[in-house]
Amino acid sequence: MSATPAAALPAPRDPALGRRVGLAVALAVVLWPAFEIAEFNPATLVEPQNLEMMGRFLGTFFPMALGADFLALVWASALETLALATAGIALAIVLGFPLAVLVSESLSVARVGPGRRAWLGPVLRTPIRALLILMRSIPEIVWALLFVRAVGLGPAAGVLAIAINYAGMLGKVYFEIFEAGDTRPARAILEAGGGRTSAFFYGILPVAVPELVSYSVYRWECAIRASVVMGFVGAGGLGQQMELSMRMLAGGEVSTMLVAFLLLIFVADTVSAALRRLLV
Amino acid sequence: MNRGAFVWTPWAVLGGLLAAAAVSFAYLGVDFVALLSGESARQMAAFAAGFYPPDATPEFLARATRGAAETLAISAVGTLLAALIGAVLALPAAGRWGAVLKPLARFGLNFLRAIPELVWAAFMVLAAGLGPFAGSLALALHTGGVLGRLFAETLENAPRAPTQALRDAGSGATAAFFYGTLPVVLPQYVSYVLYRWEYNIRMAAVLGFVGAGGLGQMLYVSLSVFKTHEASTLILWMIAIVAVVDVLSAWLRRFLGRSGA
Repeated sequence: MSATPAAALPAPRDPALGRRVGLAVALAVVLWPAFEIAEFNPATLVEPQNLEMMGRFLGTFFPMALGADFLALVWASALETLALATAGIALAIVLGFPLAVLVSESLSVARVGPGRRAWLGPVLRTPIRALLILMRSIPEIVWALLFVRAVGLGPAAGVLAIAINYAGMLGKVYFEIFEAGDTRPARAILEAGGGRTSAFFYGILPVAVPELVSYSVYRWECAIRASVVMGFVGAGGLGQQMELSMRMLAGGEVSTMLVAFLLLIFVADTVSAALRRLLV
Repeated sequence: MNRGAFVWTPWAVLGGLLAAAAVSFAYLGVDFVALLSGESARQMAAFAAGFYPPDATPEFLARATRGAAETLAISAVGTLLAALIGAVLALPAAGRWGAVLKPLARFGLNFLRAIPELVWAAFMVLAAGLGPFAGSLALALHTGGVLGRLFAETLENAPRAPTQALRDAGSGATAAFFYGTLPVVLPQYVSYVLYRWEYNIRMAAVLGFVGAGGLGQMLYVSLSVFKTHEASTLILWMIAIVAVVDVLSAWLRRFLGRSGA
């Protein structure tokens, strides 16, 4: 008898048992109301009515819709998504860049030394900073919904939504890049009596430009992803077509458009990664 | 590279981006100048002015608060389910259940992750009906893909020695996992889950646009019937949630960073 059968040994108590059970119970108690409020009920998934609806919908996913007319529509929608993201990001750069310059403190004359109207800088910078926060803390899809109500269905709403929301983000990040870079050249120009404009263009911009462009390209990639989703509230492009097909429960069309969406994202990822590698 | 040399690449990329923007504006054919001036600008200004003041009647505030609670609940339930999905799928994706299941699990995770939350939500509204449960499921599916991938990476990088020691001592595979591997990877798992939860709170606020409950669904309905005062209360709630989550997560990160976790 060399080996003792496992059953004959006294079962060792799990040393971590108390803590593990305690943690699980605490988590369950904390999250219980969340499950209540979120109407957590897996039974709805197998209700005959829902099951039939989903089954019918999924059943139509194959074969994919590959008619020439439909593919032309998908192609046009994908181009529209690409165009509205690009136009939106361009407007966001045009809008966000000057705002970032305005809030940038490394251009503050007041920091160089006492001067007239030193109080004016902070007074002007604070509301612009608040505006940037407002622009970026309302999600892009909420902006899209608001613009759809204001200017109607279609890509214009998407362009404006990206322009506003991304200008808020770009403004903040551009500002951080200006501040994080080497500010000594700008300071030297200011201290030598140079104007703020030349301090910015000769002191700050040359150092910051690769990072500015790299981040903008990254945001362009995000804008494409976002613009597909914004289509669901009517802001044009592939998303709007997908929403229409879903509403008609045309699964074949939805599956074709999902594939088109994944391809579009893949292309945007690849292009953006390649461009950013060039920049660093 | 010589320090004084002018660097062309960023300017070339910027030029390319602006050229692409010009082509894009031409392709879209929307006259933004006309859209943002004259009569349509006046209409937009009137529309914007309609948002003031926010609806602050006690009845509506109570409903909006309930909507905010629903949004938080959707994010919590969705993230928790996602953690479970991720934890289970990470095992085959890290190659623990053999070479055949590994690529299959990876494909499954990539698929879950590639479809945006909002598209999942539109599907889940069909599968589970309108309401917050559809939103939780949508978050669970997309985030499950994200977390599964992160968990699988963590598992692959986890040291094998503790598990092997338990196995050599005759422990079963399941017990070896729970006592040899899980304690090693759990802190990393938890930090990933918290990070995605933060992200999902923002997401849960807007999933309602396709009918998946929370503040988003209320906002969509309010704007559909042009109750702009209600809409501005709801938007303020969304901003408040995002701001609070930002502050809390920054605080939590500092706190965790200090304790060395």
